[in-house]
Amino acid sequence: MKQFSDLISTIEITNKTNAKIDALVNYFDTAPDKDKLWLIALFTGKRPSRPVKTSLMKEWCMEITNLPEWLFLESYSSVGDLGETMALLLPNNSSHLDLSLSEWMTELKALKPKSDDEKKAFVLEAWSGLGQQERLIFNKLIGGSFRIGVSKKTLVNALAKLTGIDANQLMHSIIGHWDIDSITFEELIHGQHINYDNSKPYPFCLAYALEKELPDLGEPKDWFVEQKWDGIRGQIVKRNDEVYIWSRGEELVTQQFPELVEAMSNFNDDFVIDGEILAIKDSAVLLFNDLQKRLNRKNVTKKLLEEVPIGFYAYDILEFNGEDIREKPFAERRQVLELLFGLMALPSHVKLSHLVNFKKWEDLYRIRANSRTINSEGLMLKQKASPYHTGRKKGDWWKWKVDPLTIDAVMIYAQKGSGRRSSKYTDYTFAVKKDDALVTIAKAYSGLTDQEITEISKWVNKNAIEKFGPVRTVKPELIFEIAFEGIALSNRHKSGVALRFPRISRWRRDKPVDEIDTIESVKQLITAS
Amino acid sequence: MLKDNQLIKFTKKGIYCPKGKFYLDPWYPVDYAIISHGHADHARWGMKHYLCTDDSKAILKHRLGEAINIQSIPYRQSISINGVNVSFYPAGHVIGSAQIRLEYKGYVVVFTGDYKTQPDFITTPFDSVKCHTFITESTFGLPIYHWKSEKNLQSELHDWVRTNQSNNRTSVFFGYSLGKAQRLLSLLDGADDIFVHRSIYNLNDAITGSGIDLPKSKLWSADLDKNSLQNKIIIAPPSLLGSKMLKRLPNPATAICSGWMQIRGNRRWQSVDAGFAVSDHADWNGLISAVKASEAERVYVTHGSQAVFSKYLNEIGIEAYELKTEYGDEALAKAEKETEIIERE
Ligand SMILES: [Zn+2]
Ligand SMILES: [Zn+2]
Repeated sequence: MKQFSDLISTIEITNKTNAKIDALVNYFDTAPDKDKLWLIALFTGKRPSRPVKTSLMKEWCMEITNLPEWLFLESYSSVGDLGETMALLLPNNSSHLDLSLSEWMTELKALKPKSDDEKKAFVLEAWSGLGQQERLIFNKLIGGSFRIGVSKKTLVNALAKLTGIDANQLMHSIIGHWDIDSITFEELIHGQHINYDNSKPYPFCLAYALEKELPDLGEPKDWFVEQKWDGIRGQIVKRNDEVYIWSRGEELVTQQFPELVEAMSNFNDDFVIDGEILAIKDSAVLLFNDLQKRLNRKNVTKKLLEEVPIGFYAYDILEFNGEDIREKPFAERRQVLELLFGLMALPSHVKLSHLVNFKKWEDLYRIRANSRTINSEGLMLKQKASPYHTGRKKGDWWKWKVDPLTIDAVMIYAQKGSGRRSSKYTDYTFAVKKDDALVTIAKAYSGLTDQEITEISKWVNKNAIEKFGPVRTVKPELIFEIAFEGIALSNRHKSGVALRFPRISRWRRDKPVDEIDTIESVKQLITAS
Repeated sequence: MLKDNQLIKFTKKGIYCPKGKFYLDPWYPVDYAIISHGHADHARWGMKHYLCTDDSKAILKHRLGEAINIQSIPYRQSISINGVNVSFYPAGHVIGSAQIRLEYKGYVVVFTGDYKTQPDFITTPFDSVKCHTFITESTFGLPIYHWKSEKNLQSELHDWVRTNQSNNRTSVFFGYSLGKAQRLLSLLDGADDIFVHRSIYNLNDAITGSGIDLPKSKLWSADLDKNSLQNKIIIAPPSLLGSKMLKRLPNPATAICSGWMQIRGNRRWQSVDAGFAVSDHADWNGLISAVKASEAERVYVTHGSQAVFSKYLNEIGIEAYELKTEYGDEALAKAEKETEIIERE
């Protein structure tokens, strides 16, 4: 397991995505076939269920180390991770076990039905035969909580770099159904278990923030205007009776939204449509916070399906019955979309994105101002003649947000509040990326619910790295969207920019730290605002 | 028999011996200060008179100024100050570091300052001293801290340097200029040419000037040809992390060396390529063995995990108390940074 353990060490310490990719490429280049498959399985959440209870492992660890429980717990609160705490507390290994990752995984799978005594004998033997870092990995393999800062995207990019296979296809391959015992690495990455032709998405067409006055756009009659819904941009691909849903992050999220798959399966035609995945209840769009409850879940429970039903607002159609129609003008594509949706009696949660009715540009100010009341973020302006561009191209599509100024930043310091909230951490300092480091960008203390504050306070208690009087330095792991009124260059700020009235607009539990804003992307907002 | 509170008092300015009229590592200016070692949270400015070990003298003068009024004695030799016998015993922490032993009418108090029980290649090894009252540090006073042997650390560091060289990278180690820097020098000696930052270079100069041998190193200065550093080894204080000087290096691989690096969460997000748990302090077993070897009837626990460690000592039958001081990691980090800025000038 040395090789796997070394890979984890390398990935963990670096925050440079390229270094992570290189380490993964090197692993895929040299590790045995079965180990590679296990690595992919572990990193994509396909792991066997936990064979040994945490409480038992804790008990055995205390027994071996002869430590009182309070001291075990003190150690745990200082380390912040149970598997790691045990790895550090246990005495040095007396022997050396040399099993590969896949051999360990096979043993762990076989352990599940055994008696507690047999499990104990197995775990104790492993503990005394593994060095500290390998012991930590072993504990993590048992626990199944393998969070080490590698997104599926990074994993896929490494595989793409190694094999030259298209990243979207690889994403589909590793996420699709496969059984580790009946597939080889080559078969997996070449997607022999999937039909990529059926799921293949198109690159999304993206809009720029509006940077001119409305009249400068020309005639109102040349434009379609829609609400800018605050959900997750998604592409629904339906081909040959199969339905796939891709997120803008190029992740296949089909399994997360069974109600969309069901609705789309009812269509007779094949298509690729672009739209917004939203939480919709009783025909009203819910807040993004509600939608988040449905994201990145392994299992969608019945209760959750009822609490937060998912819907889809269709914006555009890119392919119709096998024909790529992205080059056709938007007005024509919109007609195809209307036709498609008109053919079916659709369930209420799947809708065409409504076109805003307006004659003069001035009409839009009032409509935009009301966006928030229907949980929309503002307006989208699309030129009727525009093709569906690949990526971002200036001029044809504009987003005109109510709150145009937001960034995604990571919390780096937390401080307790005063008065009613003096027991909770309510004041936070946020940072964005600058090269490979972080730079402070704003301080903000409003915008979260009491429940979120309680949760964050607990997290801060567990994850403080350093104290400076009342201020706690925390591990940079929690991402927030920060909204503000204005932005300007500033010499007084280390980041080089000053934000006016920053506030927390929401907690982005769905974002990995890798994807926070950079100081460059923040500075771009200066011209946009 | 005397009680310890007649020999030492814990005051606002530091640990005080009323009989001897002197302080141990005080944090405010006093007339007479006995200094355990040269770290900035233990050896502070402004004392009218300093007493330290022979090996610490040059370090203190270098850091606090040539003009200080300072006296030194060798390890294990005692002098009498107002009737109190004072002597130094090696603490194994940094060059010149000592435990301070006080004896008055047969009653013995030992103040450890900072210490490390595991031997290394450069500091005089820790020597345990029997006493009635033992005042111990507890920086790493949790059972999660177990250090590797010096030999294992050495091969780990050499392996890392070799890997970097095979990738055409220069290995940069970060550690405090006093203690960690010399320890790293001794660990890395023989791996390749070693360059050190000016603050370390000047301090090393002062140390060798007082007759203590150190492994060879060269000055890492801004005007050096970049290519002469390629694939070599650099040792720099932590304040250089993220500095312009570091950015000028063509392809650096960076590592922080500190006991805190034992924990994964501390290794991540430091914007470095590696973290090595190289500590100048005692680990959990080291602390316990030192306390037991002292055979003290009473233990005071200072900077670090004093609450946890003193609670545990009481549970295993050793009378122990927490003691609040102004030593410790945060104070050290702040004070060392200030010292390094001055040393650089
Ligand atoms: Zn020290
Ligand atoms: Zn200290």
